[in-house]
Amino acid sequence: MSTRLTFLSATRRRPTRIKGGIPLTVSQSVCCRATAGSGVTSQVCNTNLWTASSSPPAAGSGRATGMWMKTLRESPQRKGCLCSQGWSYAIDFPATYTKDKKWNSCVRRRRWLRYRRYKAMDTWAKIPSQQTTLPDPFSDISCGGWEISEEPRGRLSLWAVSLQGKVWFRDGIYHHNPEGSLWEEVFLPGEVIQISCGPGDLVWAVLWEGQLIVREGISRDCPKGSSWAVVESPSPDVGAIHVAVGINVVWAVTKDNKVWFRRGVNSHNPCGSGWIGMVGEMITINVGLNDQVWAINCEDRAVYFRQGVTSSELSGKTWKAITVPRDGDRSHSSASANSLQSAGCYFCGEVRAQSVVSDAESDTEKGSADGASCHATSTSPESFVDAPTDSSNPPTDPPKPRIPKVTSDSFISELVSDREPGKSSRDTGSAPPAVPEEESIPGEGEVKAPCAGSALSPSQSGGPLDPQWSNVDLEEAQQAQTVAVQDTADTCSLSSVATYTLAMEDPYGADEHPLWAWVSGGGCSVDSHSQLNWFNFSMNSSSLVSSVQSMSLSVSPAQTAAWRRQIFEQLSERTKREMDNFRHYEQAVEQSVWVKKGTMQWWRDWKPHKWIDVHFALEQFSGPDGNKDGILFIYYNYYEEKKYLHAFINEVTILVPVLNDSKHTFAIYTPERTKQRWPIRLAAATELEMHDWLALLSVSCCDSRGIHGPPSKQAIWSITCKGDIFISEPSPGLEAMPYPTPCDQMFWRQVGGHLRVVECNSVGIVWGIGYDHTAWVHTGGYGGGFFQGLASSTDNIYTQTDVKSVYIYENQRWNPVTGYTNRGLPTDRYMWSDASGLHECTKTNTKPPSPQWTWVSDWAIDYSVSGGTDREGWQFAADFPASYHGYKTMKDFVRRRRWARKCKLTTTGPWQEIPPIPLSDVTILPCTAQSSVDVIPVWAISNKGDVLCRLGVTALTPAGSSWLHVGTDQPFKSISIGAASQVWAIARDGSAFYRGSVSARSPAGDCWYHIPSPAKQKLKQVSVGRTSVYTVDENGNLWYRQGVTPSYPQGSSWEHISNNVRKVSVGPLDQVWIIADKVQGSHSLSCGTVCHRLGVQPVEPKGQSWDYGIGGGWDHITVRGNSVEPPRLRLPSLTDPSSRSPVPVRNTEVNGVGN
Amino acid sequence: IMADDKDVLRDVWFGRIPTCFTLNQDEVTEREAEPYYLLLPRVSYLTLVTDKVKKHFLKVMRAEDVEEMWFEYEGTPLKWHYPIGVLFDLHASNNVLPWSITVHFKNFPDHDLLHCPSNSVIEAHFMSSIKEADALKHKSQVVNDMQKKDHKQLWMGLQNDKFDQFWAMNRKLMEYPTEDGGFRYIPFRIYQTMSDRPFIQKLFRPVSPEGSAHSLGDLLKEMYPDAITNDGEQKRYQVVIHGIEPLLETPLQWLSEHLSHPDNFLHICVIPVPTD
Repeated sequence: MSTRLTFLSATRRRPTRIKGGIPLTVSQSVCCRATAGSGVTSQVCNTNLWTASSSPPAAGSGRATGMWMKTLRESPQRKGCLCSQGWSYAIDFPATYTKDKKWNSCVRRRRWLRYRRYKAMDTWAKIPSQQTTLPDPFSDISCGGWEISEEPRGRLSLWAVSLQGKVWFRDGIYHHNPEGSLWEEVFLPGEVIQISCGPGDLVWAVLWEGQLIVREGISRDCPKGSSWAVVESPSPDVGAIHVAVGINVVWAVTKDNKVWFRRGVNSHNPCGSGWIGMVGEMITINVGLNDQVWAINCEDRAVYFRQGVTSSELSGKTWKAITVPRDGDRSHSSASANSLQSAGCYFCGEVRAQSVVSDAESDTEKGSADGASCHATSTSPESFVDAPTDSSNPPTDPPKPRIPKVTSDSFISELVSDREPGKSSRDTGSAPPAVPEEESIPGEGEVKAPCAGSALSPSQSGGPLDPQWSNVDLEEAQQAQTVAVQDTADTCSLSSVATYTLAMEDPYGADEHPLWAWVSGGGCSVDSHSQLNWFNFSMNSSSLVSSVQSMSLSVSPAQTAAWRRQIFEQLSERTKREMDNFRHYEQAVEQSVWVKKGTMQWWRDWKPHKWIDVHFALEQFSGPDGNKDGILFIYYNYYEEKKYLHAFINEVTILVPVLNDSKHTFAIYTPERTKQRWPIRLAAATELEMHDWLALLSVSCCDSRGIHGPPSKQAIWSITCKGDIFISEPSPGLEAMPYPTPCDQMFWRQVGGHLRVVECNSVGIVWGIGYDHTAWVHTGGYGGGFFQGLASSTDNIYTQTDVKSVYIYENQRWNPVTGYTNRGLPTDRYMWSDASGLHECTKTNTKPPSPQWTWVSDWAIDYSVSGGTDREGWQFAADFPASYHGYKTMKDFVRRRRWARKCKLTTTGPWQEIPPIPLSDVTILPCTAQSSVDVIPVWAISNKGDVLCRLGVTALTPAGSSWLHVGTDQPFKSISIGAASQVWAIARDGSAFYRGSVSARSPAGDCWYHIPSPAKQKLKQVSVGRTSVYTVDENGNLWYRQGVTPSYPQGSSWEHISNNVRKVSVGPLDQVWIIADKVQGSHSLSCGTVCHRLGVQPVEPKGQSWDYGIGGGWDHITVRGNSVEPPRLRLPSLTDPSSRSPVPVRNTEVNGVGN
Repeated sequence: IMADDKDVLRDVWFGRIPTCFTLNQDEVTEREAEPYYLLLPRVSYLTLVTDKVKKHFLKVMRAEDVEEMWFEYEGTPLKWHYPIGVLFDLHASNNVLPWSITVHFKNFPDHDLLHCPSNSVIEAHFMSSIKEADALKHKSQVVNDMQKKDHKQLWMGLQNDKFDQFWAMNRKLMEYPTEDGGFRYIPFRIYQTMSDRPFIQKLFRPVSPEGSAHSLGDLLKEMYPDAITNDGEQKRYQVVIHGIEPLLETPLQWLSEHLSHPDNFLHICVIPVPTD
């Protein structure tokens, strides 16, 4: 995180110094260092608008630093803002500084634009004059709006206020055209004195009369907005004088310096709902990034930061003064003539230019990537730590102007920023902030520059630096110089008179802190949770010394304390003693073994969510115990700042390919992200690339957990809606009471193949059914698909195909003249759509579900739609959307028909086909751990609805030998066999059946007992465990069968357990797992989530609550292989970190699950 | 060139002790065991960083002769649960380098050492130290606010010698309300060779009731007055932290922030001045 803050300080009345008997100090210098992400800075100077870009001369630092320089006379108004994208605009103009001098006598009506491209040198370009349209100079500008739209890149809104109170909007600002193209006047209800534009769509301005106006209608398409709304001043008698807006906040200052916070401001209601008076009296206020607030107190003129501003508490808690000490170590100035070429100082005389240049240089070398850095400038020389010496003992050396500067980096925040070894702060120390060598006050610079104007004229400095002027309109530039020189000479003489008088009554003590005039926190991103180290000290000289210690990286007296020097020296001696002669020794801890890098797209975490390009790296290393481990890095840019996201490989719980018709995407979950329902979503450029990464990451994850080879017999199997198959090895504590392993910690690995249903039991028999109803049996292998090498077994992987249909709907509306046509009402759904009607799906634009699938048929009308169709496949209804029927009535004004197209996927996996009967459901006897069944009962439902019993299934011949048909009165759709061979089934009419007398001797049983469904519900699925019988109905309700006993296995009644359930799997321990329909996480909703019933015991088979596991598109789970009885009691042990602090069982129900 | 405080943290973290491991004479080997040389991280734990040593010696031994590995220096069994740097400063700091450690595979001294069957034991020990330290510093508020993965990051940082990774998280443990001027109590342990007590650990605040910052000297005055050399006296003890002797006027809070071990304790060794 880059934390940059710009201060401008100016004393309203500068004290005069007497030096060698010559009254001096006709002006003060203001230097403002603006460092933004990629640095472009601009100023309006003498009503000239400047944009100054700044970039680091140091190539490859990847950071830019901006710098503004300005010498001003007592200019009471200065204004600037920084925005995070690197463009900064500022305005400043000298106003009246003597009683008889009018502002308009010293302003120029010429606007300049200074810009520098990111990696270019400082150059100036002029904005073409538009005298006709822009008759008066600017007094205020504000820029923002970069969050409105990202197109075109670098787009910004720049608002300007002219002295006549008009408001102008600069059109056409974007990355390659930072100066914009056109000033557009914005119609106003009054005369504006000040304007503020936030990063988003808030723009507020203050009118001369003291009311405020709010720009409405600002949007992506209309960044300029459409109209103004007037908001009365917070205080009826006192008008507003200043306003500052952020993303969701508006702060105002009234003429009595009271501070106000506007309640209820947001995009939809830019006017907000009311004012809240805040404690504290401020002269100016500024809102930075994240709606953090900066202000200058009217009493002590110190810079204050609003503490406690968070997204939930936008008004913050308290004002905290920021200490901005300035280190003035003379030994560290390094004005160099060379550096004159490399940084821009155009506003001051030569001497000053040097100091500024060195200043800028050091700045660029700081290169702290994340640290909090605070650049401040002041014109108040008395505030320097070392100023007392200066004032009491005037230096004999010819004084030079001094550019005060402070860099304050709290070392802790610097710590984490230290990613580049070459950028250690030792380096910084060796190239110290180049504060000029003397403590002289700025005014003293004029001793060396007897021509009063020479050190002051902004344009004069352009002279020596001419070569750096850009190609644009040099002629006018030079013209400007001449005028400026005259002007400054004039003004200086005037001001020198004024300040001479004032010098007699120098109001400031030598150790007083700077009097700030203006603050901009626009480039300062403050994490609301971070502790800031800026406030430690009260404002007096001694505390300034100590604050330097904590705030500044540069050398200060406190850092040269004997004890500190001792530590540095001894550590360095220790290194010599203990390490220098032994560098050839092997390191005990090996560093990373290898890194694989690539580029991908990442579905970014912040709004608006979208795919952004990222660099992706897997850093793998051998742990000290030889286990391979790794860290995943995702490097992205956040407002041109490099950031990264990381995940430890040993925390990744699953890698899930995600269905996407145009991208090759997958998701990475950790327990935390499972809770949040917000995985890391990535997209690779090609399918091959995605599979390479998935295979690599998967191996890496398995390595870190020591999981290899085929799945165990106890494995839990699940399938996503994409048809991908996952297995999880149950931990011994998974079904433990009372603290089972939380579901979200389960690690899932993928095996090759494509299925819709998978069922297993604890002797290792696993059957699957494809989307095309083909039956498959697990070969005992692992891998296949995209898994290669060690991640895949070799001799039991086979080709597997699957076929499914893609459906689209043709919709038509009846028209009295032409009958049914494909011209609907304007409000109608698409004439070709998906089932919902919300998405247009035409025959040509509809793609297979993912790039893995290919079309294997053409579009054909589908007559097998529920509700029936007419002979052409049409279904009729009164209107969209409604229930459809297969015949037309007088009331039917719309009709639709379904078209189907088959697509096919070919992959490999540890599966062998069991021909020839296509199946829709299958169930395998769940054996208890002790059972010694040789021939395993397997029942199935054929695609037609026939009930089948598989003969000859054993652990060695899991595919069995032949089917035995079991007669039924009607077609069936679901079946399940319990541990005691109790067979339950669901008929297509939604009722349940129990099969009597099933045993080893009579594997097919003898007869069906009809069991009515719960009232008004049609059952769709059944699962039977050791004794428990659970069913799910078509409305998503989960039912438990009451009263089941060995003597009365049919039970007595259905008891409702939960809603929001898609599928249930009851295991040999009577453990209950479901696929829940919708589960709310902290970040999003997840449809199709694995959930575990907690509190299931022999005495309480219904359990108590749900624990939520992996989710977001899960379709099927089976836990019928897990027959491992959990340990009776689990005592916390020291050696198992996971058991030390069992995650408390969440007792809250799934959103919607349970009643 | 002056370094800044962050470099102290780096120096502390990357401190290494050159060590020569030799197999105990009494171990039964199939052939002679070569000594093994390694740079041990001062801030880590012996059993965490000696996998290579173990592998090296196992090559010459028969599996049935191998029990739990343990280390000894000049007759003193080395406690793995003390940071390596503390063990070295306490027992061997004034001796010639490399540090010569004897490796044993039998006769585990149960009364002197804790067993260390796996790295998870070290992790548990390390994390409990961090939690104890935070209890002293912040009433456990910071460590309790951390998530499990944050804890993991601290541990992984130490285990894999990742300074940035560790400090990205550890810095949170080093913060304190500025108005307090420091932690609630300074987590410290004072070790001495001359005593049966393993170490001294008491409550001690970084700031005096009058508001002045406590120094290392203030701490010792209260905990171990003998360690301080009075005027006119011959220096009897060295006060060593990370192999260096900070001045007694060094602020204790600063020491706690900069010279604590990754377990967040300031481990101070008081050792007799060598007589020769």
